[in-house]
Amino acid sequence: MVEVTAQYFAAFRERAGCERERLATRSSTAQELYAELADRHGFLDAAARCKVAINGEMARWDTRLASGDTVLFFPPVAGG
Amino acid sequence: MTFAISAEVIDPETLKARLAAARAGACVSFEGWVRDHNDGEPVTALEYETHAELAVKEGEKVLAEACARFDVALAACVHRVGLLKIGECAVWVGASAEHRGAAFDACRYIIDEIKQRLPIWKKEHYANGASAWVNCATPAAPAPARLSAANQTP
Repeated sequence: MVEVTAQYFAAFRERAGCERERLATRSSTAQELYAELADRHGFLDAAARCKVAINGEMARWDTRLASGDTVLFFPPVAGG
Repeated sequence: MTFAISAEVIDPETLKARLAAARAGACVSFEGWVRDHNDGEPVTALEYETHAELAVKEGEKVLAEACARFDVALAACVHRVGLLKIGECAVWVGASAEHRGAAFDACRYIIDEIKQRLPIWKKEHYANGASAWVNCATPAAPAPARLSAANQTP
């Protein structure tokens, strides 16, 4: 188990009903954690269309999680 | 080369002045405006949200790429956040160069990459009071009531 903080933006924040939450998880990668949280909060976007950042840096979905990480989940972007 | 996120109204004339360079013979700029419709839906306002720190980091990267790919003198971009009314400027991109080709190409590259890569989200507010995040999946709408009613008609 690792203890991480998940942080949500835009559509994800609204669906989750919170900006951030601390959680203990058996997920070992960012992608596994996304699947777990998508299940819990009803995020419908495929990970491939979303982005993830860990501890302030854009990250790959296969990045392994460590206790204390802050994982930022970004729904599909739409600038411009 | 500067990228900025702004909560204030974008003033293209002030920004354009930043592109001045003695060797530049061309200046191209692009403005993205809030329009009153999208996909056939009347839109009344757009709301932009961002992760400012990472948006600036990625935005600076895009500008650096444009300068490396094209023979650009200076390039800059500003993206608005907050609630924007119809007609407001949501994003401004500008590039100066010795010749027009590089300035056009850089401008196009910057806006295309920014739309795809930066952590910026857009919520459309519609005339009927509803709102939706652009590009995000939404739960399937329940089957229209009239269909189930029609099925039950003897």
